[in-house]
Amino acid sequence: MTSPVLPPPAEEPNALFELLLRLGDDRLVLGSRLSEWCGHGPILEEDIATSNVALDLLGQATMFLRLAGQVEGKGRDEDALAYFREAVEFRCCQLVELPRGDFAFTMARQFLFDVYAVVTLDALSRSGNADLAAIAAKSLKEAKYHVRHSGEWMLKLGDGTDESHRRVQRALDELWRFTPELFASDDIDRAMQIAGVAPDLAQLKLEWERLVREVIGAATLTLPNDVSRLAKARGGRVGAHTEHLGHMLAEMQIVARSHPGATW
Amino acid sequence: MVARALPSREEVLAILDTVMDPEVPVLSVRELGIVRDVAVDDVGAVTVTVTPTYSGCPAIRVIEDDILAAIHSAGIADVRMVTVYAPAWTTDWIAPEARAKLKAYGIAPPGPSEQGGLVQLMRARAAVQCPYCDSMDTETRSEFGSTACKSVQWCRKCGQPFEAFKAI
Repeated sequence: MTSPVLPPPAEEPNALFELLLRLGDDRLVLGSRLSEWCGHGPILEEDIATSNVALDLLGQATMFLRLAGQVEGKGRDEDALAYFREAVEFRCCQLVELPRGDFAFTMARQFLFDVYAVVTLDALSRSGNADLAAIAAKSLKEAKYHVRHSGEWMLKLGDGTDESHRRVQRALDELWRFTPELFASDDIDRAMQIAGVAPDLAQLKLEWERLVREVIGAATLTLPNDVSRLAKARGGRVGAHTEHLGHMLAEMQIVARSHPGATW
Repeated sequence: MVARALPSREEVLAILDTVMDPEVPVLSVRELGIVRDVAVDDVGAVTVTVTPTYSGCPAIRVIEDDILAAIHSAGIADVRMVTVYAPAWTTDWIAPEARAKLKAYGIAPPGPSEQGGLVQLMRARAAVQCPYCDSMDTETRSEFGSTACKSVQWCRKCGQPFEAFKAI
């Protein structure tokens, strides 16, 4: 038995590559989850809306992963990174990989992510890395549309019928333990912050929580008070995932792996 | 084969004026603001700089292929496409004449792009004018439409559903 392998020191360009994977994988995985609603939306408008948002997220994932491949410099493009990595190589947070659940669960997860997206992209649009800043500024415009959609659904479901309130409250209760991971700063984040590439996650968390609480309150919903007792999700950013990611990737990757290099 | 004269920038721009967006076929890729720049170097090599509208727009590959095909068909072989993301595409780049074409086609043109805060819910939406009867008595049925760039509207006056170009 050899000694445990230590991660390489978090320096550029490795840290930048990891950061871009995190940004790209969040969007690739959530976009795939959302696209599961295509043809199954509760009403036609929501079928179109979830598919549209999924498409935006996949487009953003393409930009982040393409840049990641360029930074890595090993000839991997966005498709190689999306379709030919194993689950342990994915750097998404666990929040985005959970099964879609019912519509309330989908929208509650989307809302928590969309607020995270707007505060993150807004900060990254001022990144010292010009390529990253450009992708963030472009994605932010779309993310503001997304959060308006998911945020208004929180108001409608929370302040709606007894059943819609009960379902969205249950979804929030289940999802809350997955949110600390979004702001759990590690060596990669610190290296990127020192390099002026990425923001301070502690600051982002304050802004995120303020915006989330404002909408949750207006929606007559509540957030779990005692977070210390929750089994907080962690590890997604270094490849530790829930059982759900592998199943999702198997479906997402099978065509590309069965017919490598295929075109149509 | 007879060698053609070196292409000029103006010639390439004129060609691009004939390349229509596949989803909004009344607007050219220049009118939509997708083409950001055209450069021709001293040996006649053409570089077309483009920017995507929405990052997930499925039409972007088709648009790039259409641009290359149009330039190639003018006998210009040496063409390179460059994609840029900054400055981010905005509907503010669509000129008044192009907006009139959108309206005539039945798509309400975009208002000014929205600035403002990160999370704005239940905001008062600026009324969209019906492209058919010009009434301002319309409502947004869905912020998301048949393509990423459009929303679905309904005119209370003439009863006509229509699409509007989202301001972004």
